[in-house]
Amino acid sequence: MEQHTSYSDVVHEDSHGGGTKEVIKVTIILSVLTIIEVFLGFWMIGMEENGFGKHFVKGVIIILMLAKAFYIVGYFMHLKHELRNLIMTIIVPCGLFIWFITAFLFDGNSFRTLRNKYNPVYKQMTTEKAPATEEKKEEKKPGQE
Amino acid sequence: MMWYFLMSDAFTFGAFLIAYGTTRFAANGWPNPNEVFKSYPGAGENPNAPLVFVSIMTFILIVSSVTMVLAVQAGHEMKKSRVVFNLILTIIGGLAFLGCQAWEWTHLHAEGAWWGHNPFLNSNGSVGHQDFTNFFFTITGFHGFHVFSGVIINIVMLIMTLLGVFEKRGHYLMIEKAGLYWHFVDLVWVFVFTCFYLI
Repeated sequence: MEQHTSYSDVVHEDSHGGGTKEVIKVTIILSVLTIIEVFLGFWMIGMEENGFGKHFVKGVIIILMLAKAFYIVGYFMHLKHELRNLIMTIIVPCGLFIWFITAFLFDGNSFRTLRNKYNPVYKQMTTEKAPATEEKKEEKKPGQE
Repeated sequence: MMWYFLMSDAFTFGAFLIAYGTTRFAANGWPNPNEVFKSYPGAGENPNAPLVFVSIMTFILIVSSVTMVLAVQAGHEMKKSRVVFNLILTIIGGLAFLGCQAWEWTHLHAEGAWWGHNPFLNSNGSVGHQDFTNFFFTITGFHGFHVFSGVIINIVMLIMTLLGVFEKRGHYLMIEKAGLYWHFVDLVWVFVFTCFYLI
């Protein structure tokens, strides 16, 4: 098709898999996903703070976000049409993120649980209502390191 | 090569966002984003429009990504004027996003928010967690810096295109690399937007 230099032959080969139609299709998909996300965000507003419903909707939003990421990386950044090795070079290290996220969120949660258990002062100060007075009280954030 | 840089940048942003998540999980109380971010330019005294302004920002960035894809495609077909047209649209989109983010920052700052100062209460009524604003400004600032540098890169690409550099080379591959960076910026915003405003 094109007369590219040899560098591009290594990276691209016959990789121009998409036309304007594909761009429009992906744009619509991304827009729809975003609209659904925003709608879910609105829907969550009325929900109870730590209830199952809210957590479930958050989970759905995260899945939608990952779908958007897949479409942006795969089609806009063209990764889907690249050489297999390049795809793997990106996907495999990003697999690290799965550990990264789970480990650190578990860690944060455990930190909070332990801290609440052994530091009742901290627990009380961070769950009691803020005093009704204005400016000055906001300066202090108790127990923050 | 751009892919390798983007991987390192992805891990940097990932580290920031995971730090944000960890801090949030470690906190007893955290401000409700729908209470904090509920204004838009021209809203007046007591706005109550959560998610509106940030959704507009998200769409601006997505559309600018689309125009970037179209610019790259025009480059494949060696259609210089179409490349120029779509690059200009992308640059405008980037500048619009930066303008919106600047407004958001200014508005929050006027309400007393900044690094080291969080005037908003947590959703459980306690005094606002200080890291809320710290993380918000750091991460959106870092992202905004990327948008800014992306706009600069795109302007350079535009000038190079206008000067006929790519016509002479016989290919528009440089535009494609700039496109990768721009899509990465959009991708990061998808994550930042979700983490700060939605969940």
